[in-house]
Amino acid sequence: MDEFDRLEQVSDVEWVLPPHDRMTVPGRIYADRETIEQLRREGSDEAQWSALRQVKHVASMPGIVSAALALPDVHPGYGFPIGGVGAFDLDAGVAVVGGVGFDINCGVRVLRTPLERARIADDIERIGEDLFRSVPAGLGSSGTLRLSVEEIDRVLDEGASYVVRQGYGLPEDLEFAEEGGRMSGADPAAVSALAKQREFKQVGTLGSGNHYLEVQYVERVLDVEAAAAYGLREGQVVVAIHTGSRALGHQIGQDYLKELGAASVRYGLAIPDQEMACAPIRSPEGARYLAAVAAGANCAFANRQMIAHLVRTSLERSCGLDPRDVGAVYDIGHNNAKIEEHDVDGERRRLLVHRKGATRAFGPGREEAPAAYRRVGHPIFVGGTMGTASYIMRGTERGMQLAFGSGIHGAGRALSRKKAAKKYWGDEIVAALRRDGIRVWAHDARGVAEEAPGAYKDVERVVAAAETAGLNRAVARLRPMAVIKG
Amino acid sequence: MGFAYRDHTADLAVRAWGATVGEAFAEAARALLGAMVNLDRVRPTELREFSLRAGSLELLLVDWLSALVAEKDTSGLVFSRFCAEVAQDEGEPSLRAAAWGEPLDPPRHEARSEVKGISLLGLRVRAEGTMWIAEYVADV
Repeated sequence: MDEFDRLEQVSDVEWVLPPHDRMTVPGRIYADRETIEQLRREGSDEAQWSALRQVKHVASMPGIVSAALALPDVHPGYGFPIGGVGAFDLDAGVAVVGGVGFDINCGVRVLRTPLERARIADDIERIGEDLFRSVPAGLGSSGTLRLSVEEIDRVLDEGASYVVRQGYGLPEDLEFAEEGGRMSGADPAAVSALAKQREFKQVGTLGSGNHYLEVQYVERVLDVEAAAAYGLREGQVVVAIHTGSRALGHQIGQDYLKELGAASVRYGLAIPDQEMACAPIRSPEGARYLAAVAAGANCAFANRQMIAHLVRTSLERSCGLDPRDVGAVYDIGHNNAKIEEHDVDGERRRLLVHRKGATRAFGPGREEAPAAYRRVGHPIFVGGTMGTASYIMRGTERGMQLAFGSGIHGAGRALSRKKAAKKYWGDEIVAALRRDGIRVWAHDARGVAEEAPGAYKDVERVVAAAETAGLNRAVARLRPMAVIKG
Repeated sequence: MGFAYRDHTADLAVRAWGATVGEAFAEAARALLGAMVNLDRVRPTELREFSLRAGSLELLLVDWLSALVAEKDTSGLVFSRFCAEVAQDEGEPSLRAAAWGEPLDPPRHEARSEVKGISLLGLRVRAEGTMWIAEYVADV
């Protein structure tokens, strides 16, 4: 029986895959019908490349709690689907490499500026050009920081706080970052020498692919109270930084795919696909993997911290802004596995929550959020495309119950890179966006074609589904003014 | 021997082939580097040698491709010519390979996407008639 034929529709935006075969919990997908139809079309091509099958795999892993979840931007990934969330019991559960992926703690930091869109519209060319020159991006770019092995270990242990202490940032940046910009439990010794070697020149580099730096403006405030708490108002210019743990994180992913693949065999864990390589959370191998993930996450926090510094320096040069007036709204990752407390069936439990292409989105009252945001829940950032809106949303109480406090992270691809590159020309995309008042700087024209707005799903639909399901609430809609691609 | 990029909503899906496993592995490498740079622009002036062993042909392919990805960050080299031999006689399959290239020069090499990792999804090495086929998906 086709997995899609088993899907039961609960509401316009909720679908359940009842437990069968090795599933111990249901799969629960929060998405609109169009997304489900697209998954069905994609899933028929290749068995392992089916987001629904991947949800089923997650629901079949030992120690999974409540349900394997997929959020509205769900699409196929490696192991877990993108937009996948899986929470595991600490005693019976496993740490899964495919629940985090290669780009550990890839995420977004948003900086708010005192600038008004109307005031800088004529200057955007100069502002964007300076940012493009200031923030290293693209294949083979290197950062200004050159770190020794000892310094890399400090970055892996201390994350953004190490970078701030070196003078690259404001102390309050750490308050406005998930985990304070530093994951506890990181162990640099769990990270291979090769991974560290690959990182020497990469702190403070953007990377390529879907990573970007965007100057945006707040087009519309949709939740007045939360926007006020986040320091956002209509017309205000913000800067979004989307990048991750760079080659170091990639190498951790590659190393542990192999290590936990072997551990799965040793522990007699029947894994549904090789990307679901795993080890019991309480085992030495599982603990080591999580310590490496925390280290990789710290590398990503440090990277975004360094880029935030470069952005401030650039804005000081191009707009005369005092770096202290460019505060962080928040910094949050979307590929991670973390131990968190959640209420499950009326009981408070500590769980290992994997979020793959999904952010943490804690609602009001959680102490993990910065004190200034605690009343409204912390912000999450939903990337659109270089031609469309992005959103700032927030966590909700309902989202805490439905999805372990998780949120959407982007629009999700609709076309393969190959199809997009065939359909679009980078130069034409850049020219078309320019007509819409959006300036693009890119190191690679083909990369622009692959990332063309038309290659992605409609972010509005994804946001609407998250809101309708009650997972997240929209706070502000942002529009791009200047886009810098790797 | 040769390679083709398959259409896949995953990032980079490759099918490479050759008369021997080694040839298929060399073509798989060409496809990988071809996604990172314009191969025609990379002069084969520097040589790197690789000697690897893994539990299966598939994992050997992953190790080989991962080693090439890592070289860009460690030695700074990207490659355009490859020669590989794979032995499967006893125990674990092993690879001896050479790659020729030069230090990455992004504008001249028309640098493109970084490769984050080689996935185990859709990973296959098999004989088909007289040809060896190597298939993989990379996350970019």
